[in-house]
Amino acid sequence: MSLDLATTRRIAKLARIGLDDQEIEAVRAQLGGILGWIEILDEVDVEGVPPMIGTSTNAALLPREDAVTDGDCQDKVLSNAPDREGPFFTVPKVVE
Amino acid sequence: MSYTIEGNTGAWEIVVGLEVHAQVISKSKLFSGASTLFGGEPNSHVSLIDAGFPGMLPVINQACVEQAVRTGLGLKARINLQSRFDRKNYFYADLPTGYQISQFEHPIIGTGVVQIELSDGSTRDIGITRLHLEQDAGKLMHDQDPKRSFVDLNRAGVALMEIVSEPDIRSPEEAGAYLRKLRQILRYLGTCDGNMEEGSMRADVNVSVRKSASEPFRTRCEIKNVNSIRFVMQAIEIEAARQIEIWENGGEVDQETRLFDPHKGETRSLRSKEDAHDYRYFPDPDLLPLVIEQSWVDQIKQTLPELPDEKRARFQQDYGITAYDAGVLVAEQATADFYESVAKGRDGKSAAAWVTGDFFAALNRTGKSIEESPVSAANLGAMLDLIADGTINGKIAKEVLEDMFETGEAPLAIVDRKGLRQVTDTGAIEATADEIISKNADKVEQYKGGKDKLFGFFVGQVMKATGGKANPAIVNDILRKKLDG
Amino acid sequence: MLTDLTIAQAAEGLRKKEFSAVELTKAHTDAIDALNGRVNAYITVTSDKALEAAKKADSTLAAGEAPALTGIPLGIKDLFCTNGVRTTAASKIIGNFVPPYESTVTAKLLENGAIFLGKTNLDEFAMGSGNLTSAFGGVENPWHRKDDASVLVPGGSSGGSAAAVAARMAMGATGTDTGGSIRQPAAYCGIVGLKPTYGRCSRWGTIAFASSLDQAGPMTRSVEDASIMLSAMAGADPKDSTCANVAVPDYRAACGRSLKGLRVGIPAEYRAPGMSEEILAVWQKGIDMLREAGCEIVDVSLPHTKYGLATYYIIAPAECSSNLARYDGVRFGERAEGATSLDDLYEKTRHNGFGEEVRRRILMGTYVLSAGYYDAYYLKAQKVRTLIQRDFTQAFQKVDVLLTPTAPTAAFARDEKPEDPVQMYLNDIFTVPASMAGQPAMSVPVELDDKGLPLGLQLIGKHFDEETIIAVGSALEKAAGFTALPDLRAGVSA
Repeated sequence: MSLDLATTRRIAKLARIGLDDQEIEAVRAQLGGILGWIEILDEVDVEGVPPMIGTSTNAALLPREDAVTDGDCQDKVLSNAPDREGPFFTVPKVVE
Repeated sequence: MSYTIEGNTGAWEIVVGLEVHAQVISKSKLFSGASTLFGGEPNSHVSLIDAGFPGMLPVINQACVEQAVRTGLGLKARINLQSRFDRKNYFYADLPTGYQISQFEHPIIGTGVVQIELSDGSTRDIGITRLHLEQDAGKLMHDQDPKRSFVDLNRAGVALMEIVSEPDIRSPEEAGAYLRKLRQILRYLGTCDGNMEEGSMRADVNVSVRKSASEPFRTRCEIKNVNSIRFVMQAIEIEAARQIEIWENGGEVDQETRLFDPHKGETRSLRSKEDAHDYRYFPDPDLLPLVIEQSWVDQIKQTLPELPDEKRARFQQDYGITAYDAGVLVAEQATADFYESVAKGRDGKSAAAWVTGDFFAALNRTGKSIEESPVSAANLGAMLDLIADGTINGKIAKEVLEDMFETGEAPLAIVDRKGLRQVTDTGAIEATADEIISKNADKVEQYKGGKDKLFGFFVGQVMKATGGKANPAIVNDILRKKLDG
Repeated sequence: MLTDLTIAQAAEGLRKKEFSAVELTKAHTDAIDALNGRVNAYITVTSDKALEAAKKADSTLAAGEAPALTGIPLGIKDLFCTNGVRTTAASKIIGNFVPPYESTVTAKLLENGAIFLGKTNLDEFAMGSGNLTSAFGGVENPWHRKDDASVLVPGGSSGGSAAAVAARMAMGATGTDTGGSIRQPAAYCGIVGLKPTYGRCSRWGTIAFASSLDQAGPMTRSVEDASIMLSAMAGADPKDSTCANVAVPDYRAACGRSLKGLRVGIPAEYRAPGMSEEILAVWQKGIDMLREAGCEIVDVSLPHTKYGLATYYIIAPAECSSNLARYDGVRFGERAEGATSLDDLYEKTRHNGFGEEVRRRILMGTYVLSAGYYDAYYLKAQKVRTLIQRDFTQAFQKVDVLLTPTAPTAAFARDEKPEDPVQMYLNDIFTVPASMAGQPAMSVPVELDDKGLPLGLQLIGKHFDEETIIAVGSALEKAAGFTALPDLRAGVSA
């Protein structure tokens, strides 16, 4: 199936990957190609087949006890921040 | 009489559904071992998992699951023994991983019900659609820098229960009653402190309007993050009026997210992005299905406290008190427990009158909560015993209670210290009565001449002369004999 | 030469005091110094740390009771977070990220005495089959075609690890495998690569590509070495909910185990149309060797094999689009300058920070999860995945292990890289199905093709039955007697 430009733009916006017009067109063509190839799955009859959720052979989650065992590591949390102000991370001003 | 809003074209019914986000009471976060304590240094109650560092993985907190199940049981809801966590994908500065772990398709709790009481004494059932567990986001601070917003992730990853109601609510009053009732249940269960000011409970309000109950639902708007019951009620009224105006002017209501501005008394559209609703939910591959055992659910059920509805019914039944008083007394678990300690083995009606009357008034006056009350339930009960066995009368009891509030002393000690024992010695009362009668010969004449009301005057005079301590029943008897005889 | 020893041999030599851990480590850091400029197998080299650790290893060895990997110098794929050592995922977006934590797998290796030489190169975020997408430049395969100087790719994504092990720049290395990222580069570089059962090794602290598929494993020059490393890497981890609480056996004991009566399945569907005669020939050779070793050869069918790749290229991008959302320039990593708004910051940072292939996969994944397409793509793919897994379950009722080629071709030249991403994806055709079903699988080098490049065969086992693939792998290794050496390697002037 082919992908139109508007959809490609919407996808790029959703993924927050800024693309210029030329890149959008290239991505559109490539994704369209991949999607065409994926159409092979149309021939598979999945009637009544449950989706596989995860690959783990564990049957279910193993919960942990409710105890404070982590945190209190402000230095680590902030250690790689590209722009920090005191104990805060920063972003360009958000207007709500 | 159902609630309607009068428009230019006639009456409109409003349709409301609420999504309540209730912060789960737990020591650590839903998927990390960081503390949930409020008010730490910015970014201190944060693990590398909460901050979304590369390679970090979530591990579910058992206690949060248990709290959700408790809440489900309290809402008489279906408990789903198998549920699942999904990722809700969107970008925002308070969401470190770029997705919120939530339960979309398979929530842990299914349909339930909350019964609400209205001011006219009637009750209504509001359906619960579902309850699911999800992570809270961090916090942004906008006013500390002209060009930047600051990010604090202390709240990021704290467990929330999202409790979704059916669109069963038909008036602002019902919305308020629903929220109060839900908060009451959560507090009874100990699963959420219900503190709306601190944000541990907040509501998204879905509002639509229609001309009649037989008309299908019209387009609804969602008012996000309203943080008090009063504001929820106001927001519904204002939003309903806005929508009615649009419909009546031939317009269409757009499905959108809005914000309530209590200062301006209006709702306004959140500048909605085209992708605002494409959350690309999918099962979180870092987590497996959440499977719980029926036997564990049953165990939790054993530990549930008596909930407000049952407690109220029982209070009416066991203590013979009115529905109104019972409602007041069960509003908070602590009040109900206090009342019950006072009422047990005593006259329940009189206990209710004292607790909701003079006792509440004294708490109010002193600005204390029931937990801080200087008067213990045992002492208040002892005071009721003193009334019942005739040691003091009701009037003196008021004085004793005030003293108890000030000193915290036992009532009997106060009665003895102040010499407030009731006088039941008929001889002494007779002597006082004779004295009053002889001093007021004119009034006696008038009374005998048919002015019946003066009887009260004589009772008052005798009581006054005995410092209020005379047994009022004996005073009555003696005066009747002397004046009527 | 010390660098030519296997891990098993070196461990013995260290204990017999034939050489010290410092000498062994120095031999490898010298090899890295000599070769890395050309091979580019390492993004970050930590020679000083390694030599310091080697000194400690020598005292541990002197004291006796040293764990198996004490003093063994390894390369670590730069996808494993290493405490205090830059971890990049070969991406510009975290090109200077220094984790304040150690991944579970590398922590286990350190506890087992291993010495880390540095962080090996890979396709950016492990997305690729040729090591062509690293932000730190491509890796050169130490092997070359006879009489042809063309630079060949080492395979991917664990291409740096494969090249380092093949060129004797490490005795072994960690890899991660999502759709073939351990096995395919192992085959291209003539070494052993083992992808364990999903959940055998913890994923905690390993940078995620596709969470339901990612699995760490060893890359070594012998099956025995792989078994030694795996014993150290595997095991339950309460920090990873998908990691299995299954006891870790002594995998080394499975080496050389008798294969009498073992049933080896040959899946008909792996005879892909247009497959080269050479690949078919090496496969046949492997079948003959195992029959010779006492195995019963059984024809089996995995009918949904041909849907594996398409399924993979829906599921892996979907998970990656979500896993990579955290790279936003706020808490760590590179941040674009001059952003005017939050969205502008995200868009610029992610455009500049991610390479083309990573962007393409994020966009693909975003698309297949987006409203209106979820059922048609993602949900459908997860259902097909169930069918793929059922294929394996049914086959394993009849056989103990499967034998297939690892890759459809030998290593290809950098300049032969196909422009069409789909053509590139076809490299994973034989490795993806086992990943989709979570089966353990291993590539073992068997022989050289007529151009002098190594070809590998793949063994696929039952869940948590790594022992059988190790047993069969060691027999195959013995029968094949693969002793060829790459022309680029320690001690041979580059």
